[in-house]
Amino acid sequence: MPAERHIQGEFFMSGDEACAEGAISAGCRFFAGYPITPATEIAERMSDRLPEVGGTYIQMEDELGSMAAIIGASWGGVKAMTATSGPGFSLMMENIGLGIMLETPCVVANVQRAGPSTGLPTMVAQGDMMQARWGSHGSYSIIALSPSSPQEVFDHTIKAFNLSERYRLPVLVMTDGAVGHMYEKVNIPPRSEIDLVARRKPEVAPAEYWPYQPGADLVPPMANSGEGYHFHVTGLTHDERGYPEMTAEAQDRLIRRLVDKIEKNSADILELEEDGIGGAKVVVCTYGITARVAQIAVEHARSEGIPVGMLRLITVWPFPQERVAQIASQIETYVVPEINYGQVSLEVERSAGGKARTVLVPHMGGTVHDPQTILEAIRQAAR
Amino acid sequence: MMTIAQTGEHAREVHPLQDYIREDRFPHIWCAGCGLGIVLSAFLRAMLQSGLDPDRVAVVSGIGCTGRVAGYIKLDSFHTTHGRAIPFATGLKLANPELEVVVFSGDGDLIAIGGNHLIHAGRRNIDMTVICVNNFTYGMTGGQFGPTTPSLARSTTSRAGNVENPFNIAGLAAASGAAYVARWTAAQVRQMERSIIEALQKRGFSFVEIISPCPTYYGRMNRQPTGLDQMRYYRANTVVRHFASPHEVGVGLGGLIVTGKFVDTERPYLPRGE
Repeated sequence: MPAERHIQGEFFMSGDEACAEGAISAGCRFFAGYPITPATEIAERMSDRLPEVGGTYIQMEDELGSMAAIIGASWGGVKAMTATSGPGFSLMMENIGLGIMLETPCVVANVQRAGPSTGLPTMVAQGDMMQARWGSHGSYSIIALSPSSPQEVFDHTIKAFNLSERYRLPVLVMTDGAVGHMYEKVNIPPRSEIDLVARRKPEVAPAEYWPYQPGADLVPPMANSGEGYHFHVTGLTHDERGYPEMTAEAQDRLIRRLVDKIEKNSADILELEEDGIGGAKVVVCTYGITARVAQIAVEHARSEGIPVGMLRLITVWPFPQERVAQIASQIETYVVPEINYGQVSLEVERSAGGKARTVLVPHMGGTVHDPQTILEAIRQAAR
Repeated sequence: MMTIAQTGEHAREVHPLQDYIREDRFPHIWCAGCGLGIVLSAFLRAMLQSGLDPDRVAVVSGIGCTGRVAGYIKLDSFHTTHGRAIPFATGLKLANPELEVVVFSGDGDLIAIGGNHLIHAGRRNIDMTVICVNNFTYGMTGGQFGPTTPSLARSTTSRAGNVENPFNIAGLAAASGAAYVARWTAAQVRQMERSIIEALQKRGFSFVEIISPCPTYYGRMNRQPTGLDQMRYYRANTVVRHFASPHEVGVGLGGLIVTGKFVDTERPYLPRGE
């Protein structure tokens, strides 16, 4: 096999291209996808780049197949991803649930566009945030990241692979049409400077291996197919051997662990950015592309003498409810701008628990917010 | 054929396929008279005769009665989502081309909800073997008509007789581009076994349809109320016509069942070699 071709240095790159490069840097060697605006450039770049690093690109017949294929590829021992936008994300939901249930490391990038249905295919939105959290049926926890720039798309894609390997689940990179198509400087560090995490392997003989016997961190070690373990895994509720067990007790044990392995490790997973929160009466809580628009409004407000803080959610799921509650007890109002009709704002309001008011600044999509709208909400909140 | 093994003071009977069956999951869920046990055993014997390393054989199933096959096989085995066994298997095979990937699922799973994946896997000629157990009904959910149910056949959602036309699935697989297509009934155990060996050894997309009794639903509602009735029907009405045109071997309600190897050809396949 020819040597892998890697790139490093500074590039002028779109968010979508940065996603593909982040995946390559993270060790992703399998991509299955279906063309969809505004995520197609990720597939195009992967179709060029994967053969250069010994990986495989396959264009599937639909997003149902894409999601199933990356789960299969991950069990074949290869880091795998897909990329899509709203309609395709909807089609992936059932097999995202399979990824949760089989505890399969993989990454899904959703370059969000305005919906519902075909909506505004080429234009920005943040309308899939609750679908990311709850879109597959049943109870589970998920990890979703929200990058604000092409550089962050690169960094977050690597982080997404690391979290997926560490905690064995599909991790969602919730970018959007604006960040995906925006060109900015992206720094790709040398490979030696990128920390990568690999799934933990079983340390027992095949005859003693139970695919869902968790470690102390609630995450079970994972054998890949072809390694002689002769394991069985199923989307049915199962016991630690991977065998179906159709009882309420097995369901209780399994679902609690699938949720707890994320929630109890949230300190390791969560990433937030805080600015000027001490002494603020108003905090703008925001994420993704909207954080960059909100930043303009926050700076204006400060120049008018309004003490306003900013809390940027880099990890949106699991939700940083403890920190949001803590801040709520020190401030009067959360202002939550997002490109939807109220999704993450509901989570802010719930976490604030009545200790601070939550003001939604909705925007239905197609463009980012006018910063003036956010500034006006800050001014009113500070009155 | 049983053999006797000594375990301490007690002699016990040992099933010749016990190393590849999850006996700790027995009793299985299949009804008396169901053909799935016959097909499962034939597959395991074929796998052992094919010269494949069992460590490198992976079985992927979808949902339904046949979907439960994966759970009884002691190989790497995946019980996935309804209709998605083939794309799951596609990812598995492309990620690790050294695996021999076998999809074991039913007609509802592969032809209805998963039909799009079937035709595209055939088009790609991806190197895997699909064993499609065709019982002409949705057994797991209680006997509704499906994409293979013959016209006029009764089911729990077509009590007066099915008004739709069925797929001839051997023809569908062949038209999609499969490199190997065969059909057998559950009463043709030796032919089935030899055919699965060929399918496993074939480079490209191999599709083996096994017509199999479902006495509980399809049989009971169509005047063949036991597995034995259905097997007798197969014995009396089956002909073997190798390389018959796969487009002229549709299966109706009553009448002849044409079986045999219909397609065995070479086409470029995935994954491509070095």
